Amino acid sequence: MINFISTAAIPFIVLLILTVAIIKKVPVYQEFTEGAKDGFKVAVNIIPYLVAIIVSVSMFRESGALEMLSNACAGFFEMIKLPIDTLPLVIVRSLSGGAALGVFSDIASHFGPDAYVTKLAAVMVGSSETTFYVLAVYFGSIGITKYRYALLTGILADIIGIVAAILVCSMFFLPSIA
Amino acid sequence: MNYIFYFLIAISIIFAVINGRLENLGNAILKGADLSVKIAFSLIGIMAFWLGIVRIAEKCGIVKFIAKLITPITKWLFNEIPQDNEAIGNIALSFSANALGLTNAATPIGLKVMEELQEENKDKKTASNAMCMFLAMNTAGFQIIPATVIAVLAGIGYKNPTEIIVPTLIVTSIAFLSAIIIAKLLQKVWKPQTVEKEVKGVNYD
Repeated sequence: MINFISTAAIPFIVLLILTVAIIKKVPVYQEFTEGAKDGFKVAVNIIPYLVAIIVSVSMFRESGALEMLSNACAGFFEMIKLPIDTLPLVIVRSLSGGAALGVFSDIASHFGPDAYVTKLAAVMVGSSETTFYVLAVYFGSIGITKYRYALLTGILADIIGIVAAILVCSMFFLPSIA
Repeated sequence: MNYIFYFLIAISIIFAVINGRLENLGNAILKGADLSVKIAFSLIGIMAFWLGIVRIAEKCGIVKFIAKLITPITKWLFNEIPQDNEAIGNIALSFSANALGLTNAATPIGLKVMEELQEENKDKKTASNAMCMFLAMNTAGFQIIPATVIAVLAGIGYKNPTEIIVPTLIVTSIAFLSAIIIAKLLQKVWKPQTVEKEVKGVNYD
């Protein structure tokens, strides 16, 4: 059922829009191509911002700084009863979607489907969006350089999301493990 | 952002020296730059498609119709944007696409929203309240069905991957609502002309 909704959503939305347009006598082909012209412009506009964010984040990862940051946080993680294996995920989650999914796949295949860590990691990944990437691309596309509180908001929401994931998962999944 | 960019790179180089991984850095730059262009180029086609569809939706009044439906909410969230602006309808479209997990559709529409918000913006270099609110909603990543995660779980033989939907929905809603509240609170404190650097620097670490 859920699969059906996600696969049917796009074709259905497209059909609905086109049908309404035809009924209202909108020249759909001309309007489509007129709108589509901007596709290239927008994609090219975001390249500089993508390069800045992706290069700096991958440097951070490759230098081993990310690893050391994980190690430094390990004690704190034990204190709040968070499985240590989710740590790279917590750090990477706001930085890069691809990396977060990579870490998650790694956790999932390493610990197997029944582990609590896998479920917790799944909820963490599923409930988040990569703050840095979104900000860089969206602001970059229109040339905004002063983000004001947008970044702080995104990071605070991410932290709240992680805390919520821990609480909710322990309520949902922990009793059933025993 | 200037400080974050600087610190990410400076820290990386210092740590690369400590860890003896300097040669990895050059590689990281090369790969990162390459990946950025690949991402941007892979966006062109799908971007063109959705921008075309959205334009049709605008011309036939669907965007206006959706906008009218959600005006009570957007009046409060985006009180600086005229409610008959095309942006309001597109915000709703982009949000629905995100919620359904249609990232490919959400990004082009979202970028269009940013352009429309920029027209209302007085200082073209500084984010407006409306932009920050829109991005707060976006970065919180509200999603009804986490399709990718479910796919990965199913891939490793998880018997009932859909059981993560409800907890994910609860968590994502909490994060989403907090993001909106935080953005609303901060917009009163963090006015456009104030210096932002210090707070961001602290916050990053």
